[in-house]
Amino acid sequence: MLILIGVTLIALAASLLKDSGKTVAGVRKGLKMFMAILPALLNILVLVSVFLYLVPGETVAHWLGKESGYLGMSIAALLGSVSLIPGFIAYPLAAILLKSGVGYSVLAIFITTLMMVGIITLPLEAKYFGMRVALLRNGLSLFGAIIIGALVGVFM
Amino acid sequence: MKNILTRISESEYIIIALAGLILLVSWLFNLPFIGGIRHNFWLFFIEMASFLPLMFILIGLIDVWFPREKVEKHIGPDAGFKGTAWVILLAMLQAGPLYAAFPVAHLLWKKGGSVRNIFIYLGAFATLKVPMLTFEIGFLGLKFSLLRTLFTLPVFIVIAVLMELYLRGKKFAVEVRQPQERSRNA
Repeated sequence: MLILIGVTLIALAASLLKDSGKTVAGVRKGLKMFMAILPALLNILVLVSVFLYLVPGETVAHWLGKESGYLGMSIAALLGSVSLIPGFIAYPLAAILLKSGVGYSVLAIFITTLMMVGIITLPLEAKYFGMRVALLRNGLSLFGAIIIGALVGVFM
Repeated sequence: MKNILTRISESEYIIIALAGLILLVSWLFNLPFIGGIRHNFWLFFIEMASFLPLMFILIGLIDVWFPREKVEKHIGPDAGFKGTAWVILLAMLQAGPLYAAFPVAHLLWKKGGSVRNIFIYLGAFATLKVPMLTFEIGFLGLKFSLLRTLFTLPVFIVIAVLMELYLRGKKFAVEVRQPQERSRNA
């Protein structure tokens, strides 16, 4: 986190020195994006706050924690494949889940399937590439996500 | 007043407004159960609010200083290593969900891009977008982000090669149907 704040400040200073107009445009663009995701982010924060209050940490850890094994990985893969959550929301959510005891490999599978596998968007994908190609790409991506998650879990 | 209420109920802020209302009621009547939820929310909220704006400023700056158009010029039918590298770079500079990349990948293919590079574009778009990586490093740490990137890169390249093998000799059905919704979904 601190690295990122440092990088941002250095980038901001360098950008200001080079071209203040462009800097203002960039900052405005970024803040506009922030305002655009703010309602969705606050909604998720409210829902997660309620969820984590009602569901004890041990339960979350049991289903999705380091020891959850194949079960946790399967739940993560299923959730990631069927949901359409933008990364700007998914990463804050992942950080909260991590603190609640969810394992790194489960998070990696959730994030990778979220990004690469889209069951809801299959019909749309099929319009561009045909259903067989779309199914094949999603299937291979799901398989790949599980490999990625397992490897991340080994090295984290 | 009624007008404001209908606008809130129709807006994206409905859950937050409801939560605020419940909070107010529980405070007025001294209900205890809400304390834990409020505690959770503040913890998360303060963490997000303290650096999210900074992160978005960084993303905005990247967007202004690395225009996609410059990279797009290098994308051609070149299927070699150089072509692949440019395709990955182009995908990394994009933003948005994967389904927004389908029309672009389709366009790349129509412009003569190889099948392999189209699927590499989709893979890189899904997993290596710079704004997403910024978020990933911020929330899950540099080590996690590096490891995930390191393992994801070969995975989507292998997927692209497999897709190319599968489609070799077959007629790639894309050209036949022109989706009507392209502009709406893009």
